[in-house]
Amino acid sequence: MSFNLLVLTCLAYVALLFAVASLAERSAEEGRAGWLRSPLVYTLSLSVYCTAWTFYGAVGYAARSGLEFMTIYLGPTLVFVGWWVILRKLVRIGRENRVTSIADFISSRYGKSNLLGVIVTVLCISAGTPYIALQLQSIAQSFTVFVTDLDTAPVAGDRTLIALWVAIGLAFFTIVFGTRNLDANEQHHGVVTAIALEAVVKLVALLAVGVFVVWGVAGGPADILARIDAQALPDWQIQPGRWTGLILLSAIAIITLPRMFQVLVVENVDDKHLATASWAFPAYLFAISLFVLPIAALGMELMPAGSNPDMFVMTLPLALGRDDLALLAFLGGFSAATSMVIVASLALATMVSNHIVVPLWLALRAANGQDTGNMRLLVLNVRRLSISIVLGFGYLYYVMSGGSEALAAIGLIAFVGMAQTLPALLGALFWRGASRTGAALGLISGAALWAYTLLLPSFGPGVVLPAHVMADGLFGLPWLRPYSLFGLTTLDPLLHALFWSLLVNVLAFCIGSFLSFPSPIERVQGALFVNVYDRPGPARSWSRPMAQAEDLLPVAQRIIGVKSAQAFFQAQAEGQGKAGFLPDITPEFLEALELKLAGSVGAATAHAMIAQSAGTAVVSVEDLMAVASETAQIMEYSSQLEAKSEELTRTARKLREANDKLRKLSVQKDAFLSQISHELRTPMTSIRAFSEIMMEADSLSPEEQAHFAQVIHDESIRLTRLLDDLLDLSVLEHGQVQLDVAPANLRKLLDQAVTSSKSVQANRMFRIIRSRDDEEIMVTTDGGRLTQVFINILSNARKYCTAETPEIYIQVRQMQDMIEIDFTDNGAGIPTESQALIFEKFARLTDSLHAGGAGLGLAICREIMQKLGGDIIYVPGQGGASFRVSFPRVLAARAPRREAAE
Amino acid sequence: MNQKRVLVLEDEPNISEAIRFILTRDGWQVEVEADGIAALERLRSAPPDALILDLMLPDMNGFDVLRSLRASEATRHLPVLMLTAKGQSADRELAAQLGVTRFMTKPFANADVVSALQSMVAS
Repeated sequence: MSFNLLVLTCLAYVALLFAVASLAERSAEEGRAGWLRSPLVYTLSLSVYCTAWTFYGAVGYAARSGLEFMTIYLGPTLVFVGWWVILRKLVRIGRENRVTSIADFISSRYGKSNLLGVIVTVLCISAGTPYIALQLQSIAQSFTVFVTDLDTAPVAGDRTLIALWVAIGLAFFTIVFGTRNLDANEQHHGVVTAIALEAVVKLVALLAVGVFVVWGVAGGPADILARIDAQALPDWQIQPGRWTGLILLSAIAIITLPRMFQVLVVENVDDKHLATASWAFPAYLFAISLFVLPIAALGMELMPAGSNPDMFVMTLPLALGRDDLALLAFLGGFSAATSMVIVASLALATMVSNHIVVPLWLALRAANGQDTGNMRLLVLNVRRLSISIVLGFGYLYYVMSGGSEALAAIGLIAFVGMAQTLPALLGALFWRGASRTGAALGLISGAALWAYTLLLPSFGPGVVLPAHVMADGLFGLPWLRPYSLFGLTTLDPLLHALFWSLLVNVLAFCIGSFLSFPSPIERVQGALFVNVYDRPGPARSWSRPMAQAEDLLPVAQRIIGVKSAQAFFQAQAEGQGKAGFLPDITPEFLEALELKLAGSVGAATAHAMIAQSAGTAVVSVEDLMAVASETAQIMEYSSQLEAKSEELTRTARKLREANDKLRKLSVQKDAFLSQISHELRTPMTSIRAFSEIMMEADSLSPEEQAHFAQVIHDESIRLTRLLDDLLDLSVLEHGQVQLDVAPANLRKLLDQAVTSSKSVQANRMFRIIRSRDDEEIMVTTDGGRLTQVFINILSNARKYCTAETPEIYIQVRQMQDMIEIDFTDNGAGIPTESQALIFEKFARLTDSLHAGGAGLGLAICREIMQKLGGDIIYVPGQGGASFRVSFPRVLAARAPRREAAE
Repeated sequence: MNQKRVLVLEDEPNISEAIRFILTRDGWQVEVEADGIAALERLRSAPPDALILDLMLPDMNGFDVLRSLRASEATRHLPVLMLTAKGQSADRELAAQLGVTRFMTKPFANADVVSALQSMVAS
């Protein structure tokens, strides 16, 4: 084909691309971009991965190394099928944060650090420029292969002119469709649509050549397989280590290559497209690799020895007389090269302008005190300039490298270079502890090792690195040889570089992150990236109406109290020279207010409230989490307080009860002491008075003397008995009474009691009625104590029975194991209102007869009967005083009951 | 006829007997009552020159007797010597509030009772 015709064909093809791109842009502007935003277009745009290097080079690769070319497709396939999670998160974060490039992604994750942006940009340019040069070379090469009249063509003198014109044309296209407007989200529908079209051309071209080769030249699949076997070389053996390394490398590349990041993340309009791409893109890769080996095999078989296998896709149809297929193949290769160059230059130019040129420009303008002027136009022009620069670099690189064979390897070298961004990128996605320092250290050390062990040596000994460094290592140190660092000689240079650069990169990244403390903005961005799914929906609107002071005042009032809030606002307004409660919303005021509120609700909550109210910032996940944790702490604290206060209430109630009890006991004790005092002082009074009388008067008659001595004697006995009773009661109530339990005859016990009680009012006639037969019962109990009770009852009857002819009736009943004895006299009985009191201490009802008791008798009786397992009660309505004593016939041997002191 | 009359309101027979002996020997005309109601009756019908009052009585306590004495015009200024075996300070204060003339605790020295009674009647 003539040169002119081919140029015309190319121009026509480019015109078609222009038309498609324009159409897409116009549709997008008119809001009819429905089909443009389809998952299909998205998937096809991803095929920018398949450059001229894969289009032409894959066949050459297959001719030299067999199936190894497949690794370049297997890596991306694994990522799309297996590591879909990473892609999804990457895409979501990219969209939510309006990320414009991989440099922007890493820089904003690590605290919007422009240093990182610059590092990544420089890395991308270093790795990307040779790659662009490779595309230019492949186009130029395909021209020379295809054109039959090259010697008479205008470019005959200098083949690089082809590359120059291609570069200029592509720069023009990219500028027109890549910098039409400065969209907030950096999406270029025209470019993407054109790329999608080129993807189809690439695929169709390769499939057409493949089908022709398999069915047109060979006799179908079986025949082609046989011919492939015939061509197999020893080099075609699969090397597992190299395969693994290459698959890993291409897997990393699909994520980190600037052009892939551009189409995958920046140009993505919907997460869901990724779902389609996750199977459709691997399918595309499969289809495009399907006929690579057959073409390579037949090329080797049919083409003359020494033919460049990289051009088999085109030269094979040409040799077989199929110029139409060859032209299609040429357009396929042209598509692959141009789409890569367009997207890569767009992506690189965005980085260069955003991270290097614009910051420099602004710094210069600011230093000269100039106004920044029209930013929009500035950025667009810088972007256009950057595209030209990037393509210019690519062209220069191509010219300087002289189209050497070394260029062919540049694809994988670029892969390793871009792989250096992987640790920082994955850290951005999954590790909140990753820090800017760590990312910078990892990137720099990884990039340096990549340059030293792979990029610089790739130019050949003596070009960049002196030959002696290559052979003997830096400074003559063998362990610093670029291809066998630290004595590692078993890996080929590519894997060797990949291993060392990534290892050191990851180590530096982790160590740097562990040792450095992230700044607040890094922490916020980290939370925003890592927890991207925690945020409902897309990013909130940035424009919120500014809060007014009258909106903030109620908020403040609710938090710090009405008075305090008003005083604060008034003071602030006064500070601004305003009267009233409403200061202007200045940053200083907001800061002061935040500080004030922080004292009450915690710093994070205060910040979130002010940020929300003032509309100055979007509340981040981190902020909200801090708020939640503060709230949780406050709730925890208050529930602790609540529990404590409940405990206090309980304790207070117990204390109050104990206090009441003590007070009652104290009152009882006072009353008891007062009673005892009275009971002791009364006989003492008589004793003292009469002894004084006897001491002073010597004129007493013998009768008087005898009488007074008798009184003193009687009162002494009364005193003694009182003390005995007190001790007895005390022992019964509190002490451990030793009961003397033994068998005894109840009749004999009663006899004893009757005899003993006769001494009370001995001169008074007292009739005791008994039924001795009923009393013949053997009991096992403390006979002495029981008798004491009987005596007490009988003595009381003798003292208090008011009847003319007093008598007492003793009646014994035996009921099963219990014995009941009623003592009933014929006196007036005990008044109903007093019956409840008679068993209390000092409950002497009347002293009118001067019975001589201290009022402890019945209290003692009750204590004794309870100790004997029985009781003593007053039985009302029996015609006189009636006491019933009951007790078990046999007192079970048991441990003495320990009574609680009351 | 200058012999002074004193009423002893005391329910312990031995104590009232002792007081009677001491005061009779000092030249007093001594009358004894053992319960409050009878004593109040006698105080109203024939007021004595002085009253010796026990705090613990079977039917009513000494404070009730004192209160009703001070409420009546005839006995408002009657000298009252209160004797008590309980001897709590609260009792002493209550007695002072009710207008007791003298307050003594049992047991007492005979001479103290005599001199107290003499000074009460003299003043």
